[in-house]
Amino acid sequence: MDYSQFLNMHDEISLIAVIVILFLADLFLCGEHKSEMASKAMSLLPSGLLLLQTAYIASALICPCGNGIVDAFGGMYHNTPMMTLVKVVLNIGTIIVFLMANNWLKRPENQVKEGEFYLLTLSTLLGMYYMMSSGHFLMFFIGLELASIPMTALIAYTKNNQESAEAAAKYILTALFSSGLLLYGISLIYGTCGTMYFNELACKFDTNNTLQLVALVLFISGIGFKISLVPFHLWTADTYQGAPTTVTGYLSVISKGAAAFVLFTILFKVFQPMIEQWDIIMLWIIIFSITIANIFAVRQNNIKRFMAFSAISQAGYLVLGVMGGTAQGMTSLVYYLFVYMVANLGVFLIINVTEQNSGKINISDYNGFYQTNPKLSFIMTLCLFSLAGIPPFAGFFSKFFIFMAAFNAGFPVLVFIALVNTVISLYYYLLIVKAMYIMKSNEPIALFKSDSYSKIAIVICTLGVVFGGIISCIYGYIDILSNLSYGM
Amino acid sequence: MDRLNDILNIVLGIHVDISWFLILSALMMFIGIYGFLTRRNTLAILISVELMLNAADINFAAFNRLLFPNGQEGYIFTLFSIAISAAETAIAIAVMINIYRNLKNNFVGNLDKLKW
Repeated sequence: MDYSQFLNMHDEISLIAVIVILFLADLFLCGEHKSEMASKAMSLLPSGLLLLQTAYIASALICPCGNGIVDAFGGMYHNTPMMTLVKVVLNIGTIIVFLMANNWLKRPENQVKEGEFYLLTLSTLLGMYYMMSSGHFLMFFIGLELASIPMTALIAYTKNNQESAEAAAKYILTALFSSGLLLYGISLIYGTCGTMYFNELACKFDTNNTLQLVALVLFISGIGFKISLVPFHLWTADTYQGAPTTVTGYLSVISKGAAAFVLFTILFKVFQPMIEQWDIIMLWIIIFSITIANIFAVRQNNIKRFMAFSAISQAGYLVLGVMGGTAQGMTSLVYYLFVYMVANLGVFLIINVTEQNSGKINISDYNGFYQTNPKLSFIMTLCLFSLAGIPPFAGFFSKFFIFMAAFNAGFPVLVFIALVNTVISLYYYLLIVKAMYIMKSNEPIALFKSDSYSKIAIVICTLGVVFGGIISCIYGYIDILSNLSYGM
Repeated sequence: MDRLNDILNIVLGIHVDISWFLILSALMMFIGIYGFLTRRNTLAILISVELMLNAADINFAAFNRLLFPNGQEGYIFTLFSIAISAAETAIAIAVMINIYRNLKNNFVGNLDKLKW
């Protein structure tokens, strides 16, 4: 066997290197009694190393040698520049999550398990890398499981908290159920086609084959659990509410984004002959996701639960890019993912600092927030406006592009329903803004100063929200990469 | 397997082909789904899910043995899926022990702190 093939997987190998270094650092630096130095090093090291790794894999995008498409292990591993770009986006999100988590991890009860948080998070990230760059269903399945098994441990991170354990139980049971369905679907694909390589599968599908249709349905439901689209969303609200806030932020953006991108590539590559069938399935799933999640979001009081329903509805918008499987759809999906990531993480950052400093997580607790913390409430408003899609924030442009892609793919009715739902979503996002600015409260959340790591993350998110839409070269650049990698 | 098939063929006059395996695995799959939806103990739910995963494994092995005997893809997939389901079960049981410590029982009806 040719071991030099491993070196073709730049992104994954560099991430594994980061994980190993962090593991050793955790071994020698962490413990019951940490010195000041070790504690400082442990907060800087993970984000710093991940930043270096991001720069390393992004350098391949700036000066591409050849067409940038990498194959290894006989097609098991397949990477295009577009996938590398999505990995860079996910990395940025993970860095923001690390900055967000820092203050929380320094608490006395989390001191001993500080390193574990970083290791588990990076393991799930590695799983998503492999899931995206897979060229074979085995690789895809292993990546998917590597992304979801450590996630359970992250959700149950606060060990003595019953809510956290309950959320983890609900997550792992539904994840197991969905992987059971997915596995059965893959077995039917293997039985009807005799191979599991993506590039060999495409020509072996036949729309009249019932087993293959069942396989398609099982595949969509298996991955629908991961993206938490509407009939498969029931775990989402409970898990998001019970998990630690940083983990909720990670769950709502990073794992969802990776799964949505994989859904696009596999539907396009493998299920290409069945495009009419999966277009209809996705059409109804998107309509239900957007509408039902919006209706449920209106009646929530816990802000994490509220954001869970908002995330389900945003996932519906995200997979609008899948419709029709066009290059434009791929571009707008990745752009939407980027914009959604900065806006959603911005909201979660503010929820997190508020929870850390005052312990309050209900929407009614935010009454009078503007009087005491004007800067934070202003930034939260920007992020919520971006999520709702109000110009000139980035969210408007991302929604516009994704609607345009779905419209050009030939789904005007779907775009119309999505537009109507944007208005409903504006209503419930404004409920929070109203609580912060207009509602009076006898005991508002007192003025607090957020820690410097969170501040850096908040600045990154705010810049992304404000300038992500105006700087048009971002979309143009994604479009170039998308056209380069389309169909590969 | 082939000898067993011959014996069955001679003694009982039946021929075991792919459909037997598919019926078995489909039955296991749906027994698993039924159990997942109706059981009230989290450990019983876990056992039902194992049935579902094993049903898929039977499919892989049977397809490889009877339809595509030239490769090893199905067998390898089965091995990996067994290993992964073991990892999943390990972490699920860890979560359940954690719940048991808090609640002193393991019934899904008691997991009601997070609702609506």
